[in-house]
Amino acid sequence: MDKLVKVPSNALIPERDLGKLPILDIRHLGIDFGGLSAVDDFNLTIGRTEIAGLIGPNGAGKTTVFNLLTNVYHPTRGSILLDGKDTAGKKTYQLNKMGIARTFQNIRLFKNLTVEDNVKIGLHNATDYSMAQAILRLPVYWKEEKKAHEKALELLSLFDMQDMADWKAGSLPYGAQRRLEIVRALATKPGIMLLDEPAAGMNPSETAELMENIRKIRDTFHIAIMLIEHDMNLVMGICEGIAVLNYGRIIAKGSPEEIKSNPMVIEAYLGKKGGAKAHA
Amino acid sequence: MKQYYKRISMPARYLINLVLIIAFLAAGNAIVSGGVINRAQSSIILQVGIYIILAVSLNIVTGYLGQLPLGHAGFMAVGAYAGAIFWKSGYGASLPAGLSIIIGLIFAGIVAAIFGIIIGVPALRLKGDYLAIITLGFGEIIRVCIINLPSITGGTPGLMGIPKYSTFLVVYIAVVISCAIIHMLMKSRHGRAILSIRENEIAAESCGINITYYKVMAFAVSSFFAGIAGALYAGYQGLLTPASFDFMASINILVMVVLGGMGSMIGSIIAAAVLTSLPLALQALNTYRMVIYSLLLIIVMIFKPSGLMGTYDFSMSRILERIINFKQIRADKKAKKAGDANG
Ligand SMILES: Nc1ncnc2c1ncn2[C@@H]1O[C@H](COP(=O)(O)OP(=O)(O)OP(=O)(O)O)[C@@H](O)[C@H]1O
Ligand SMILES: [Mg+2]
Repeated sequence: MDKLVKVPSNALIPERDLGKLPILDIRHLGIDFGGLSAVDDFNLTIGRTEIAGLIGPNGAGKTTVFNLLTNVYHPTRGSILLDGKDTAGKKTYQLNKMGIARTFQNIRLFKNLTVEDNVKIGLHNATDYSMAQAILRLPVYWKEEKKAHEKALELLSLFDMQDMADWKAGSLPYGAQRRLEIVRALATKPGIMLLDEPAAGMNPSETAELMENIRKIRDTFHIAIMLIEHDMNLVMGICEGIAVLNYGRIIAKGSPEEIKSNPMVIEAYLGKKGGAKAHA
Repeated sequence: MKQYYKRISMPARYLINLVLIIAFLAAGNAIVSGGVINRAQSSIILQVGIYIILAVSLNIVTGYLGQLPLGHAGFMAVGAYAGAIFWKSGYGASLPAGLSIIIGLIFAGIVAAIFGIIIGVPALRLKGDYLAIITLGFGEIIRVCIINLPSITGGTPGLMGIPKYSTFLVVYIAVVISCAIIHMLMKSRHGRAILSIRENEIAAESCGINITYYKVMAFAVSSFFAGIAGALYAGYQGLLTPASFDFMASINILVMVVLGGMGSMIGSIIAAAVLTSLPLALQALNTYRMVIYSLLLIIVMIFKPSGLMGTYDFSMSRILERIINFKQIRADKKAKKAGDANG
């Protein structure tokens, strides 16, 4: 793993991503809900092939950050540059086309549709034929549908799920549902993928496998991944840079080693009592 | 189905469907024009066809898109008057009948779709159940407009002297083409986008789907076919009165979709056929129609909330595949049972 280096905006990115435009450059981001500020002065830069972690106690504002990055919520303050382009005022679907994909903490699959169709919906913008061409079943329809089918199976095989292609998404076991959400996000060909608690509800062996797969995805697709996770083994194991959020503000940024030994982080997680949950 | 089952290839599937459609057409035509059934019975068949188009078109918005419009009869009315006025006009009358019918139907659909877009854009951009309220209002406004524009629409007494173009052949072809187009649309990336909105709007948007566009598109397509059904209705009645397009008419169509199973085309077709023909066939039932509908709805909602057919999609080829693979499937089932018993 490369070491983290400082870049001009006083942010940290891995050494190998130096000199390239960061995939995300977030400055002074903030949002208020009814006078209360849920996220404030959030600054973060993510390198093009970085695996970054966002951690913090419950209610710290982590999911809110993801919602801000995808314009599900519109920021009250600050700016976001996605691949160098300002995301202000864009719709969620436009941001996806610009290169940001995500999964959800409370899984949001298309439950009544098949696994394959879930992935094909992720491939929507990569499948190229018009409504008229579809209704008339012109050759381009068959060609593109075949391409989408093959691509869907190929992506599913990343997680060894190609045999479940015909299953209803809602009938998958919990862990498989989380994996399918990742596949679906990946299908949209993102430059950065946001994973909201991808290991939640998984057993230790599934989590270990997920860690490998996240790394594999980064290495195969050369994309950045930002993940929220409470499982410290996973976070410390695969994240290169970690930001710690507490009450909507970043209280620490750095490599896993720096975060583990940061007294402010330990206090945020455990209060004044002390202990070692952050190391768990 | 597993790999080793025999599959019917795509061209063969289309061929099978085409043969079935033509066979039905020939049989139906022979029955209707061959004097096997009386005039009243053949008029029931025409009405069934018209209601099938209304139900499958409403199903696009309620079943596939997952929204609740309450003004489908309004779009039907727009199409009915548009078609009728075209056919009565100099343009319509100067054309050969066949061409006039086709242009009239498409014109009716387009006018209804334009109304659909005008209503849909403001109603569907908002999150929440605004569509129900706005379409409810639209249905009533259209009716009031028809009453108050007697010079164009004939007002309350009605628009008379519409050429009776809606023969069995015309209605049948319109039903087949409408169902086929909707089916082709739903089995495409556009159809999947519509379904994804029903399943989860936020997730759909995160997958790069422009949900407002697809909502309005689905709504416009739904209105388009309602307009065609309206024009067929005009050509079937020969006379249009605004009273035919009241709120109850919209509810009538909605009941068909809900009973048949939201999101199931075959469900909509069956429900439309049964609910249209039963009250017409059994006149005594007609008095109690609304009571029966309410009871049916309550019973279905209690015992099978997803409607009679759920989201089941009928496929002749799939049934044929089951038949040709019958032995293999039975053997597999037995093996599985034995496996379960051991395990
Ligand atoms: N739409 C909203 N309206 C009002 N308050 C909100 C809204 N969304 C989030 N919040 C508040 O913002 C704060 C941060 O919530 P968020 O879901 O981002 O936390 P989180 O860090 O993801 O927590 P967890 O680890 O439990 O998932 C919470 O206090 C929450 O109540
Ligand atoms: Mg959260």
